[in-house]
Amino acid sequence: MKVLTEFYDIVTNPYSYARKWKTESGGKILATFCSYAPEEIIYASGALPFRIFGTSENITLADSHLQSYCCSLVRGSLEEALAGRLNFLDGTVFPHTCDSIQRLSDIWRINAGFPLHFDVILPVKLNTPNAGEYFQDVLKKFLKDIETALHIEIDNDKLIEAVKLYNNIREKTGAIYRLKSDYPEIISGRDLHTVIKAGMLMDRKDYLLKLDDLLELLDDKKENSQKSSKKRIMLAGGICNHPDIYTLLEDSGAAVIWDDLCTGTRFTEGIIEEKADPLAAITKRYLDRAVCPAKHSGLFVRGERLVKLAKEHNAAGVIFLFLKFCDPHCFDYPYLKSYLDKEGIRNMLLEIEEQPQSEGQLKTRFETFIDML
Amino acid sequence: MTHTNLKNESRRERRKIKSVKKMKEIMTKYYIDAKTARQNRKKVAWITSGGPVEPLIAMDIIPVYPENHGAMIGANKMGIDLCQKSEEMGYSRDICSYARADIACSPIKGGPIGGLPEPDMLVCSNNICGTVMKWYEVQARFYGVPLFILDTPFIHSNFSDEAKKYVVSQMKEYVSFLEGTTGKKMDHDRLKEVSRLAIEGQNLWQEVLDTTMNKPSPMTAFDAFFHLALIVTLRGTEAVIDYYTGLRDEMKERINEGISMVANERYRLLWDNLPVWYKTRWLSEKFASHQACLVADTYTSAWCSVVGLLDVDNVLESMALAYSNVYLNISVDKMFDTLKFMINKYDIDGLVMHSNRSCKPYSLGQYDLQKMVLKELDIPTLIIEADMVDERVFSESQIETRIEAFMETLDNKYRR
Repeated sequence: MKVLTEFYDIVTNPYSYARKWKTESGGKILATFCSYAPEEIIYASGALPFRIFGTSENITLADSHLQSYCCSLVRGSLEEALAGRLNFLDGTVFPHTCDSIQRLSDIWRINAGFPLHFDVILPVKLNTPNAGEYFQDVLKKFLKDIETALHIEIDNDKLIEAVKLYNNIREKTGAIYRLKSDYPEIISGRDLHTVIKAGMLMDRKDYLLKLDDLLELLDDKKENSQKSSKKRIMLAGGICNHPDIYTLLEDSGAAVIWDDLCTGTRFTEGIIEEKADPLAAITKRYLDRAVCPAKHSGLFVRGERLVKLAKEHNAAGVIFLFLKFCDPHCFDYPYLKSYLDKEGIRNMLLEIEEQPQSEGQLKTRFETFIDML
Repeated sequence: MTHTNLKNESRRERRKIKSVKKMKEIMTKYYIDAKTARQNRKKVAWITSGGPVEPLIAMDIIPVYPENHGAMIGANKMGIDLCQKSEEMGYSRDICSYARADIACSPIKGGPIGGLPEPDMLVCSNNICGTVMKWYEVQARFYGVPLFILDTPFIHSNFSDEAKKYVVSQMKEYVSFLEGTTGKKMDHDRLKEVSRLAIEGQNLWQEVLDTTMNKPSPMTAFDAFFHLALIVTLRGTEAVIDYYTGLRDEMKERINEGISMVANERYRLLWDNLPVWYKTRWLSEKFASHQACLVADTYTSAWCSVVGLLDVDNVLESMALAYSNVYLNISVDKMFDTLKFMINKYDIDGLVMHSNRSCKPYSLGQYDLQKMVLKELDIPTLIIEADMVDERVFSESQIETRIEAFMETLDNKYRR
């Protein structure tokens, strides 16, 4: 599929894409680190929200700023910045999430040397009216800050346009996810991962057009797609930066049919109400979306959601996928595991280190797990 | 015993802080009260070390500090065993060792005091880290009790009006939460009085810490780590005021009598981060053997550094502001301002930083702070890679070598 090749090109060489985009459009590029970055506002400002995923290179420069007991996303991203590989960026948007990202914001601001830096200090608690009000206040402040920094004005029409575009994107990606769940072999896990990841990097209008093309192709394919005999697996955790995992799982007789990942459905889900005040509606979407463990919206919501998703998508097993040193996910693991165990849903934990496990080792672990399902 | 030995012995005797005994009595009584709270029909709230305790005291709720529990576990060298138990429960070895050890104590009533008294409610402020929230969520599920989270937006550059409004609104929610849990109304006059006592206690604690400005210093940061327990656990009570008044006077007396904690003090050092609880004696002796005195630290001063923001005539609002401005809730550059202030105030010759695997908000950023200190203040620095409770990551020989090298750097720099 040609459209997939385009997504792959961007995801494999995101920085070349960004440079080209910048030259051609003359626009600004603002980096983001997580799915709480209010992309709708960044988009409405005319800038390109561009997500950073760490590094594939060895970490040397970041070593003199960050200890080894800090996750590879934080260390790797700083490495990319210090090595000058992100020199196309105009700035960075740091929404408040975990302790490590919070400190990265300081270290980044002091050392990385980008002209713009925004700390979007969102509430950590999301389930009270006061927290909701503060959330909206923060978005409003961010909007003003970005207007001042870029010397622009973001009127309601621009915000509404952004909301509609993001809704459109989220509807399309949601439809692709559902197709994958219904016909696990209609698109490979790696391909779907690439499609979603491209949506965190590329020009969003362009992305929507390409999603349309892809959906059309997939809809045609649906006719000939058989129900799959592969074991149905769900991934749960933080970011997935290793597309090989999907291929290894497929080679071992499984298919990833759904996920609860920051680079997956936690990013893609949640429609924003279009008739309401845009900032209030955007706020509501962030408050209601599936919560990251660095935030709080109740003591049991994450466990209940995980079980609900696994049942809804008929998952035979769940693989927890955490970055090593990710405190919020590590804290939730025993509780989430007990929720799955209670329901008899098999699960395993895979911690991703800076240097991932060898393919052989991983394959053996996956095969053993899949055999038990 | 030879004559010299006797003389050394009596010098050592003279250096011992007499208040220690009283402190142990107060803490024992406090834990007995907390453990018998149920029998006495009192409620127990677990609260984070940076949380607003004044409303609890004002409502006769006994505050209990899991972090203090963590420190006790570390000091009693029970950390490895309990951390391992938590790992068997599924908790990663990479998360905070206070949390790991405390979580492991709950189901088995383990640890130095047979487990903390069971909570009726949990109060968590994320002004010190996001970790406490995760830890308290675990405990709220385990004990099935309500959890109140005081969410204090981080201060990268300034504390915005929006953030202030948000925290003030939560202070009001906090009072309603306590009223709901206890079925009693808050007595705001009592709260005002408790706040006054808390302010007085913090000022006294600062006075105790300030006695180390004297050369030689009458106490070290290792002593401060010990005497800290009261300002953390009983802030807002008379007991704190009595005790710190006594301790301050004892320190002043030592100054008058020329008693120093480190014999022949040559170097004055600043400690950054939490103590290495299971190695305080070893570290203290190691530095003392080089006539180096850790005269101050960024940790124990955190319980009095924002006292200036508190106002008894505006209790809830001023508490919102003060509790949001604590050392761990501010950016690296703001932390540097504090370091700089302390280095000048205590006339510091060198900085010792504990890079603490358990505490990311305290430790990430230390390398940059180190660079700033070297560049702007030109004083030698030492980084010790360790953990506050989990002894498995403490490499004694490596740390010893680094301390020796650091002392040599000081010798070369100051030629004392």
